Amino acid sequence: MGENKIKAQKQAFAQLSTQEKMKKIGDLLLNNAMYIIILLAVIYISAKVPAFLGLSSVVNVISLTAAKLPIALGIGGCIVLTGTDISAGRVVGLTACIAASLLTTTFKVFPSMTSAPPIIVVLLMVLAVGAVVGFVNGFSVAKFKLHPFIVTLSTQLIVYGVILMYLKNGVNNGQTLSGLSDSYRSLITGTLFKIGNVAVPRYVLYSIILTVIMWIIWNKTTFGKNMFAVGSNEESANVSGVNVARTIILVFMLAGMMYALTGFLDGARIASANANTGLNYECDAIAACVIGGVSFVGGIGRISGIVVGVLLLQIIFAGLNFLSVDANMLYIIKGLIILVACAIDMRKYLVRK
Amino acid sequence: MEKQKTASAAEAQNSKDVLLRMEGIVKSFPGVKALDNVSLTVKAGTVHALMGENGAGKSTLMKCLFGVYNKDAGHIYLEGREVNFKTSKEALENGVAMVHQELNQALKRNVMDNMWLGRFPKISKWCPLTSETKMYAATKKVFDELEVNVDPKTVMSRMPVSQRQMVEIAKAVSFNSKVIVFDEPTSSLTEEEVEHLFRIINMLRARGCGIIYISHKMEEILRISDEVTIMRDGQWIATRPASELTMNEIIRLMVGRELTNRYPEKDNVVGEPLLEVKGLTAAYSLLKDVSFTAKKGEVLGIAGLDGSGRTELLENIFGIATRKSGEIFLHGKRVLNRNARESLANKFALLTEERRATGIFAIRDIQANTTISSLWRYKVGPFLSNKKLSESTEWGIKAMRTKTPSQYTQIRSLSGGNQQKVILARWLLTEPEVLLLDEPTRGIDVGAKYEIYQLILNLAKQGKTVIMVSSEMPELLGVCDRILVMSGGRLAGEVDAKNTTQEEIMSLAAKYV
Repeated sequence: MGENKIKAQKQAFAQLSTQEKMKKIGDLLLNNAMYIIILLAVIYISAKVPAFLGLSSVVNVISLTAAKLPIALGIGGCIVLTGTDISAGRVVGLTACIAASLLTTTFKVFPSMTSAPPIIVVLLMVLAVGAVVGFVNGFSVAKFKLHPFIVTLSTQLIVYGVILMYLKNGVNNGQTLSGLSDSYRSLITGTLFKIGNVAVPRYVLYSIILTVIMWIIWNKTTFGKNMFAVGSNEESANVSGVNVARTIILVFMLAGMMYALTGFLDGARIASANANTGLNYECDAIAACVIGGVSFVGGIGRISGIVVGVLLLQIIFAGLNFLSVDANMLYIIKGLIILVACAIDMRKYLVRK
Repeated sequence: MEKQKTASAAEAQNSKDVLLRMEGIVKSFPGVKALDNVSLTVKAGTVHALMGENGAGKSTLMKCLFGVYNKDAGHIYLEGREVNFKTSKEALENGVAMVHQELNQALKRNVMDNMWLGRFPKISKWCPLTSETKMYAATKKVFDELEVNVDPKTVMSRMPVSQRQMVEIAKAVSFNSKVIVFDEPTSSLTEEEVEHLFRIINMLRARGCGIIYISHKMEEILRISDEVTIMRDGQWIATRPASELTMNEIIRLMVGRELTNRYPEKDNVVGEPLLEVKGLTAAYSLLKDVSFTAKKGEVLGIAGLDGSGRTELLENIFGIATRKSGEIFLHGKRVLNRNARESLANKFALLTEERRATGIFAIRDIQANTTISSLWRYKVGPFLSNKKLSESTEWGIKAMRTKTPSQYTQIRSLSGGNQQKVILARWLLTEPEVLLLDEPTRGIDVGAKYEIYQLILNLAKQGKTVIMVSSEMPELLGVCDRILVMSGGRLAGEVDAKNTTQEEIMSLAAKYV
């Protein structure tokens, strides 16, 4: 059947005039411009530095993708609701600090402690913290009808203040938290399996599990369907009997929990945490979502798109590193990527007059 | 008629006091011919009333004059010179102003900002900053002239609608326009303010302006206007001197269309009372003390003019608007219906008037649009089953005879009629007992309308209660068993669809306006 469809499309295409054909091809190129640019970039970089496509480089890109995926999966839901969440990075920072302060050998934040609590308890704690921030965000958006940008701009500041105060606690005096317990570190960064002599870390598996869970939530639950409905038309959703406020709050809480998980992974992955952990993570996450087709128009997005978006972004960053591009230049390129990706995305939904 | 028209055109060319002449105006929207060869002649120093039912094309005609719409064919002459305004600004600069039915004001700005928007006075030729002093003085001057008692510095949102309406009227006058269009200007004015408006209109008439006055209120029309043009279904019907017209004559001209077999045969059986509404009063709209009973298997129509509270009635029953007081009983048991979810659980369904704004999820596919209200039905354990979702969607497409390439097509690519069928299917999957349909056939072509009527009657035959709001009276007469007539937020009366006339409904609809 798929073949027939392609055939029919081919036939329809053959009937078009040259001008229309050019337009169709142009549209096709523009709609996939992001992928084309990245493909060209990969070809260019690997031609210049063949090691770019080497095993260790590829595993590195995959690991980085896995590390940045949960936060993007969380933010994706907020974008589907035509919103955004700029508190994400700070929540990652706070939860990383909480995890690093408890699962440690030095206990600078809580000097009276002598041994680390069970890892599962800490995990549940950070999940709760993420959920609380998410609840505040979602509640303000749903009940006070505030724009998510304003809400999360505020909570982002509040969370940052909490991080700074938290790090002042005990005898830590605002220092970077390190000396993490081995069990915490090995649980996250231990070797999952080896390809040749390159180790794939465990958190890649965790990221895959989270992706599957999010896919199920988005595609197989009432909540997921309601989320897309609210994102595409809040009024219609309300009339159709969807509990709009609850849906919005749940989306933000789920997002908060995904940031918490990112923070939990990041603490062990980086082997330390400080007030700047997670800084600007939300930018990469939002960029990844947009590149992956989660549209700010609302009601549109796929988990697979987000995975591809995060992956493509990491490929670019890794590639620029291989080309030894100035680190400051990276920001400019990131900014341009977001701008271009959004412009291309918006083009699809414009109503032409 | 042709002959008469050419004769009047020739006469108009000769006579100097013709201010505005619109000839053979045609305007089509996708699927609808909104204006079909309409002509209108307005003489200087007269008030020309434009009448017709909702959707007769009055506002469309004025929007063509004003440059809001681009007419497809026809000519417009202003003082004998052909004009074709592309924007409302151009129209205003050439002496054509309009007081719009829906106020488009910058509510957060003050009165004088609104008056001079787009033409703010500058301090001087050399200083391009806007001059508040000049603005204030100029506003004051216009207001004094019109005896409008409003401080030019009041913020718009702080004033009642009627005063905002007066500001809008003053603004139209301030352009020194030769032709001023009033599109239902009195719908939000008190009696005293209406008198005030009439004084202003008389003053403008004495100045030699040509006034086009659109209204549903027949007493007003007969009082203020010199000539009356009546439109129906986008066509010109008649132009007569107001002195020769009576109210009954106007109604006859406005509704005078024949009922043909545009409606399926009615074979539903009306049974026991099912729904009882007692003293329904809205908290934030004009709906006041509405009580009625609807029976099983009945199609109950709700007639009334735009803004008479028909939509508000349905919204209050369904719980998406806030009630002040009133009770709803289903099967004799009180139901609360405080929000859409409760109403849905109580077996109510609401098809909203604004399909785009509150009905469809434009970018979602047919499946998502069909199943959103009945997701609990498709669960296997905690998860939704794709098989169940697509089976129900398939049922919806078949039962409604929706024309779509597949259930994975975006709903926005379907025609209005097919979109409506998808939403109907959405509600039928919730197995409702009471269906509230607000303008179910608006913006739908004739063939699809017939299918919707058939669906409605089939639902009634299955013992459901259908309550249907419509602006098209023949439709109500053709499909409904009984018709409630709303007027000014109240129930003006109830008629039996078989033994009533459009004239009777029209006069009931005007009862409280």
